[in-house]
Amino acid sequence: MELSILDGYDPQSFYCEMLRSSASQVIRQRLSGLSIEALKERAAAANAELYNLGITFTVYSDAQTIDRILPFDVLPRILSAEEWRHIERGIVQRITAINLLLDDVYHDQHVLRDGVVPAELILGNRNYRPLMRGIDLPHKTYVNICGTDIVRDERGTFLVLEDNARTPSGVSYVVENRHMMLRAFPDLLDDVSLREIDHYGARLIAALQEVAPAGVGDPQVVLLSPGTYNSAYFEHVFLAREMGVPLVEGPDLLVEDDRVYMRTTDGLSRVDVIYRRINDDYLDPEAFVPESMLGVPGLMRAYRAGNLALANAVGTGVADDKAVYAYMPRIIRYYLDEDPILPNVETHICREPKALRYTLDRLGELVVKPVGEAGGYGITVGPRASLRELDECRAKLVADPANYISQPCVNLSVAPTLVDGHIEPRHVDLRPFAVTGSSTWVLPGGLTRVALKRGSLVVNSSQGGGSKDTWVIG
Amino acid sequence: MRGSSSDVLLARFADCIFWLARYIERAENLARILDVNETFSRDSRGGQNWRSIVQLNSDEERFFATHPAATAQSVVKFYVIDSANPTSIVSAIRYARENARTLRPLISTEMWVQLNVFYNHLAALGEDDLTPGRLAALFGSIKEACQTHTGITEGTFFRDQGWYFYQLGRYIERADPTTRLLDIKYHLLLPSPTDVGSPTDVGQWNALLRSAAGYHAYRRLHTASTTPARVAGFLLLNQAFPRSVHHCVREVSQLLSEVKSRYALRHANDAAEELDRLRAVLGTLDISTILSDGLHEFLDLMQQQLNAVTRDLSIAFFGYSPEASQAQTATPQ
Repeated sequence: MELSILDGYDPQSFYCEMLRSSASQVIRQRLSGLSIEALKERAAAANAELYNLGITFTVYSDAQTIDRILPFDVLPRILSAEEWRHIERGIVQRITAINLLLDDVYHDQHVLRDGVVPAELILGNRNYRPLMRGIDLPHKTYVNICGTDIVRDERGTFLVLEDNARTPSGVSYVVENRHMMLRAFPDLLDDVSLREIDHYGARLIAALQEVAPAGVGDPQVVLLSPGTYNSAYFEHVFLAREMGVPLVEGPDLLVEDDRVYMRTTDGLSRVDVIYRRINDDYLDPEAFVPESMLGVPGLMRAYRAGNLALANAVGTGVADDKAVYAYMPRIIRYYLDEDPILPNVETHICREPKALRYTLDRLGELVVKPVGEAGGYGITVGPRASLRELDECRAKLVADPANYISQPCVNLSVAPTLVDGHIEPRHVDLRPFAVTGSSTWVLPGGLTRVALKRGSLVVNSSQGGGSKDTWVIG
Repeated sequence: MRGSSSDVLLARFADCIFWLARYIERAENLARILDVNETFSRDSRGGQNWRSIVQLNSDEERFFATHPAATAQSVVKFYVIDSANPTSIVSAIRYARENARTLRPLISTEMWVQLNVFYNHLAALGEDDLTPGRLAALFGSIKEACQTHTGITEGTFFRDQGWYFYQLGRYIERADPTTRLLDIKYHLLLPSPTDVGSPTDVGQWNALLRSAAGYHAYRRLHTASTTPARVAGFLLLNQAFPRSVHHCVREVSQLLSEVKSRYALRHANDAAEELDRLRAVLGTLDISTILSDGLHEFLDLMQQQLNAVTRDLSIAFFGYSPEASQAQTATPQ
């Protein structure tokens, strides 16, 4: 074989997504025809273009707002058709179970009475919304958009790390990364049977129309954003454009006689479905946080009256809670009588005394996570923490054990990544996006996030993560 | 009847697009005025009047609070790169970009990218870029970037309601500096009332025409003679000159009646009637009547009328309450 830019690349004992994948052969061959200089040049051009295109997220520091791109790594992450089929089936199974769980929790609560999940865990959860009790949703779909975080251990087993069933973000990067890839490396993609991802917006709006209130012929869908200062505003723009629907903010909407309207140049116009990118808490000051300026007073009245569909439904946060997550395998068996296709990462629920003791005894080996946080905040990675950090973590655990879970440190798989002019292994995860109306569809691939710092396992964009294009081949 | 999404325009988006157009037009006009002042506006002793630029923008109070004198350096800095000055070019483009950011679901990607790059370029300018040798090229590049925006918009922006509000903003803004330029320069170049109508420094009048990008058009019309009355008449009343007040008012009037009828918009009837009336007045007046009745009073009236149109549009289409519309400028908070 000729000299390749991957020569000298050493993934050590980690599972390598490129070297171990049967589907990556053709790409490895083509990469071998490229010099590292050419690769660097194209990578720099692609990242500059992302900045000019304003494909950015906003970070706030010292009262300044800075637009940052999510650094884009040009070496794609490859999945074979078989790998993808497995992931896809696992996600559909999981979302089916989550929707059944939510419908049950907000109706008869069999799952609690049968003792599958501790009632207190659900009913005492801050994301449990009593207001949802007894509301019947079209197709019993609560989670219309789900982003499931999946990791791969050193044996190559896919594990679910987290269910994001509230307002998961990142799908815009999936599509934009592909566009960037097509522009930067048209030669890499010749004659590769790569699964399409361009139709996400069309699938999304079709699913949203399926859950419109009964009797509405041509439902008006809108996307509700907190506004331009939200860090995910670019994604809101992207989704509104891909669906061809208005991008509204709270003050654009109002509720009259339990019906929702938007303010247009010609007065009020009806709204039937809202894809909301605002958390439950801020959605309706009448029903939730009264000080919210982002939401729409009366929205929940319209929702309860059946005049409005919200995606995702209100109250889905109980299902993606990190403590409830630990019960997901049992929840899947309970509703579907099937074994989970995608296993969980082993999880210790620190509210249980035994698990707390286990966690405190092995703090240096475990990853400790607060149950209510997102974005990778508040996580302590035992093997990489300083003694002081471990002490702090121990104090927090003892003070409020119910707020934490712990998991073994999964040695995430790696993928070759261009860093400072060299190709080095970096840890990756995968967030596929699933859309559910009357049934569930999964966008092939998903967002591959990559921890750009050497040895780091934290892939979150807010903490030094980047992303890769994800290719499902075959 | 339920309209499809493309027939419906959010009031907030109409507001943003109206002001997006205005801020770009404002930046282009200001760049041209500064350019002309820098290059052509010298009196017979070689002096430049930079104070009039400050007057033109009604910025005397703010400017002199932080600057002892209106020098070339201080005025150019204040109006080009001072991001703390809301009437600077960099501020105008920042507001335009913020509006465009809000409007990204509506405008083309090409419009957004050009504005994003333009703003990042302006924001990176420092005092070194304002040395006398570089100014002409800088103003040229600013004007050109604004015109590039206009061209991209013309070529890529979907022709729905939003397009009308964009055009309305553009023409309302365009009429404004023409009236202000005339108001200030006319009396500045005629030191005493008895001088009105007498030939003075022709170079200064030519500079006034250049400030409104009307010099060569004027030459074609009035081959050899530059008189204050003719210059004023040209800038106010000429129907073919795209920056004359008459032309702008005619466009605004037509755009408003078109958008109302095409999209069956029920509001702003008073504004439409008022614009019809204004257009008729401009079509029948001649410059000698305006001058004898008082140019300043006439220009003042024009400015008031155009402000009233903006106010009416804000209430009728942009969702402003009558109180809030008094001081509004779609400026991001």
